[in-house]
Amino acid sequence: MKLVDHFQYGLNSPICLTWELTYACNLACVHCLSSSGRRDPRELTTAEAKGVVDELMAMQVFYVNIGGGEPTVRPDFWELLDYSIDHNVGVKFSTNGIKLDRRRAAQLARTDYVDVQISLDGATAEVNDHVRGPGSYDTAMRALENLAAAGFGQPKISVVMTRQNVDQLDDFKAIADKFGAQLRITRLRPSGRGAEVWEELHPTAAQQHQLYDWLVARGEDVLTGDSFFHLSAYGEALPGLNLCGAGRVVCLIDPVGDVYACPFAIHEQFLAGNVRSPGGFQEVWQHSELFLELRQPQTGGACRSCLHYDSCQGGCMAAKFFTGLPLDGPDPECVRGFGEQALADRDGAVPLPRSNVDHSRSTPRNTRAPVPLTLGIGRPDRACETSPIAGFGASANDSGLFSPAR
Amino acid sequence: MSAGSPAHSRADGTAFDPGLPYRCSPSVALRPEPFGALVYHFGTRRLSFLKTPQLVDVVSGLEHHSDAHAAVEAAGVPQPQRPAYLRALAGLAANGTIEERL
Repeated sequence: MKLVDHFQYGLNSPICLTWELTYACNLACVHCLSSSGRRDPRELTTAEAKGVVDELMAMQVFYVNIGGGEPTVRPDFWELLDYSIDHNVGVKFSTNGIKLDRRRAAQLARTDYVDVQISLDGATAEVNDHVRGPGSYDTAMRALENLAAAGFGQPKISVVMTRQNVDQLDDFKAIADKFGAQLRITRLRPSGRGAEVWEELHPTAAQQHQLYDWLVARGEDVLTGDSFFHLSAYGEALPGLNLCGAGRVVCLIDPVGDVYACPFAIHEQFLAGNVRSPGGFQEVWQHSELFLELRQPQTGGACRSCLHYDSCQGGCMAAKFFTGLPLDGPDPECVRGFGEQALADRDGAVPLPRSNVDHSRSTPRNTRAPVPLTLGIGRPDRACETSPIAGFGASANDSGLFSPAR
Repeated sequence: MSAGSPAHSRADGTAFDPGLPYRCSPSVALRPEPFGALVYHFGTRRLSFLKTPQLVDVVSGLEHHSDAHAAVEAAGVPQPQRPAYLRALAGLAANGTIEERL
């Protein structure tokens, strides 16, 4: 059995775990996939969060991707960061940069075992602030400058690809190079407030091909969180896990301790349990009904007969769900166009699924003019930071018995 | 270094030699999984995968044997498969998962 087949049946512990520490956020990004903005009063306390770290350590989850909301606005963020690192659970955290002043940058530079990921959705302030709000470009640049000045080694710049920034890929790379950072690009999901802007912001079919070509040609050092695996059907498989990892190798712990199948699936249909329940996170990961179901062999449904099924595996579950497509059918961005057709064939009378988890501010903090998009709040990306099995292919000295991951 | 090492050079110029004693690096944790084990290197923060339970036995047994050959043998790896296991060990030595025991 190939490794990827093993992954389908789930692992003892997740490889990539995303943990959102708070729904509070100083920004109001239009595409925020967790509909963040206001803190939830039920969020895990410091002691409970440390309890989760203890469990992750026992389960040998070697690092977590921490996000939010804006995780650094939690007053105990730095305490939890240290606690986690001290317990052999490395931290990669995503931030818009708001708290990364010189002092914090210096502190991070002194800390081993931490990765910082600055969210940036435009290589120019104009494009970035359009989705992330006024001033957010400057905030990100300041954070990157502070990190570089403090000698922090290779932060990540994390970009959600949109219709407006696909043409800026080379510019993003240049920004990353300038700050000694690594570029990470991820897919726009129709999750959270992203559902409201997905039609307008998701890359066109031509842009998807452009993105794929760019990744093949220039993507060597670019991280993707494996989020473009649906594009592998264009030809050459992209490095990484070409498989939906939801509930199999990936999951999300949200700020109130709810465990979802993946960071892009905050909806009751993908809710597996809560870390506060008896048995904690481990019980949810290993025994929840939902996760056990996700680890069953998938049928592939309408996609099964497609000759590209093996490379794209039907695409992203969350993208299908939140655009109202059947989970066993094509991805809305199916490279063969079946998704577009399926979208066109939807019954307009049936409302799209909406999450009942929404912490958006009622009065958005960033008011922009002109306002081309519905406003919301938040933060974008998430998912596997590092491809769990990148570089999986055989090399000259590959015995086939072990696989390095990039 | 004894002579006749396979050609898997490490960055520091040393090469894997199955005639020498090895151990799993103290910076490495092995997490048992149905396919074998997930390997995490706390120093390089890299993940890799041992794709058979037998390779996990070999790697964790290294420190109890006088050389890598003995660890492979003790894990019950059939003769025809041993070259592949030694190649795997060479790769693991090259990426720092295992190291020579001094």
